[in-house]
Amino acid sequence: MKITRIVALLMAILFVIPIASSCGKKDQTTLYVLNWGEYLDPDLIKEFEKQNPDISINYTTTTSNEEMYTICATEGTKIDLLVPSDYLVERLIKEDLLAELDLENIPNFKYVEDVSSTRTFDPESKYSIPYLMGTVGIVYNTTLVDDPVTSWDILWDEKYAGKIMMYDSIRDSIMVALCKLGYDINTTNPEELEEACALLKEQKPLVLAYGTDNIKYDMIGGSVALAVDYSGSATEAIMENPDLAYVVPEEGSNVWVDNLVVLKSSEHKEAAERFINFLCDPEVTAKNSEYVGYTTPNSAAEEYLDPELLAIDSYHITEDILDRCTYFKDLDSDALALWNDVWMEVKTAN
Amino acid sequence: MNKKKTFALPYVVWMVIFTVVPLLLILFYAFVHRTDTGALVFTTEYIESALSGSSMSVLLLSLEYALITTVLCFLLAYPAALFLWQLKSRIGSIVNLLFMLPMWMNFLLRTYAWRALLDTSGPINRILQLLGFPAQQLLYTEGAVIFGLVYNFLPFMLLPIYTSFTKIDKSYIQAAEDLGANKRQTLIHIIFPLTKSGIITGITMVFMPAVTTFVISRLLGGSQTMMFGDLLENQFMLLKDWNTGSALAVVMMVLMLLSMALVRKSDDGVMPGGM
Repeated sequence: MKITRIVALLMAILFVIPIASSCGKKDQTTLYVLNWGEYLDPDLIKEFEKQNPDISINYTTTTSNEEMYTICATEGTKIDLLVPSDYLVERLIKEDLLAELDLENIPNFKYVEDVSSTRTFDPESKYSIPYLMGTVGIVYNTTLVDDPVTSWDILWDEKYAGKIMMYDSIRDSIMVALCKLGYDINTTNPEELEEACALLKEQKPLVLAYGTDNIKYDMIGGSVALAVDYSGSATEAIMENPDLAYVVPEEGSNVWVDNLVVLKSSEHKEAAERFINFLCDPEVTAKNSEYVGYTTPNSAAEEYLDPELLAIDSYHITEDILDRCTYFKDLDSDALALWNDVWMEVKTAN
Repeated sequence: MNKKKTFALPYVVWMVIFTVVPLLLILFYAFVHRTDTGALVFTTEYIESALSGSSMSVLLLSLEYALITTVLCFLLAYPAALFLWQLKSRIGSIVNLLFMLPMWMNFLLRTYAWRALLDTSGPINRILQLLGFPAQQLLYTEGAVIFGLVYNFLPFMLLPIYTSFTKIDKSYIQAAEDLGANKRQTLIHIIFPLTKSGIITGITMVFMPAVTTFVISRLLGGSQTMMFGDLLENQFMLLKDWNTGSALAVVMMVLMLLSMALVRKSDDGVMPGGM
């Protein structure tokens, strides 16, 4: 009997606490933000809350687009604002989950307009505002590689057997093979994918490992000659080890941009737009970009950026790079199954 | 009696919500197909696609790694437990604590630490070079994966075996000696059967999680091969094919149950009364 009483008491306390605390700040809006891990300078949240005392931010992080999608496609989600990658924005638009943004509430949009219009999935910025961007390219150690690195072909050069790292992700690795072959990186043509598969299988004996975040540390360590990596991660690696360099191969590659979007179900759209505007401020985005390492699409941020960061090649996404790179498109489940088959075949090959 | 039941209630509720219901959901997803009209039909098509050649080769590889790990863990843990048991109980428990101590740290942290140790420019290679050997590629090899698995799962084999040792009544050993058994005979016919339950628990606790782990192969093996855990993650997170994913889980569970039944049966065969 005692136990039931204790349980009842505990339940009562559990219910009362949230009511009591919400009573205290009635006019307070809580904005639920879902972002990637280590993808926003936490000081900036405090700064925003100081500037906007009526808004408090509840910040959560996730590790993949897939997880992000699962969270925000669940009915009754509390999330207001999230930072999906390009192809996820496309899917969210398609499934009618995003709110249309009122650009008048986001005056700082003018700084990101140029990049925004290059985005094939939302060129009019109806639903999404670019946040940070990057490319996929080759990081290499200049003390171990004496050939000029300009093409993906070098990742198939037997001279570097056992000193090459590939990216452990379906889309990024197959993208490399498709670029080398001169095909579209969003292809759904089974024959083209078959060719890419054969190429990746041919490359496998030369590959030391398929990595993700660890590529950065292995490159800094200096034992790996060449690796496929994201530009932001490359920037961090180059800052630690000046022997490293980064190149976006001439055949082209993937450029990606993560975007600020508001869910249709959100009840705090205006507050979310204020936060978006804050993040598009040149000084704020410069600070954030320095913290995260990825490139800001903001045209006025350069004067606030650390010159040391600006001196690193991989930080810059020039027009020339944008021209030869492509954004990922959302693949439907049939196409994804094709891609997955290729990856399975590569991964299970001996 | 009634009171005992009340105390067990939280666990029963917990188990129903987090074990029984998910298990039923997995079975549902694996065997029920929702047609375009929304009707639910029983199907074996997901199980068939889960039994396809490439998934099976992934599963076989994972089973192979798990099997090697279990055997190595046993070969290391059994003599260690025997040794611990023969120590004076106070020293024994201190040494036992030393074996367990690493488990107090998160296994991911320990695996990351091994990455640094095995690195081409890491301490192990430095020592090798000091001794005049060339630097070896230790990280991102199959050996590194097996090593990582054995290192992480060894305590799970050691602890149950050691516990079963401590339960042995030493008069059995004395009786065996009195009856003229030599050390080897005592070990094989007395000690080994008496620690059988610990061995079975150890095998279960190492083999099962070793089949589905993928973090170790990612961190130490460089994802050169696809493990069963990767395959499941792909099905659910990337392809969003919950049906085939669940079917894969069912196939694995059935294989596990079969192998456990086999282990128990073969042990029953060894058991009968010693001689």
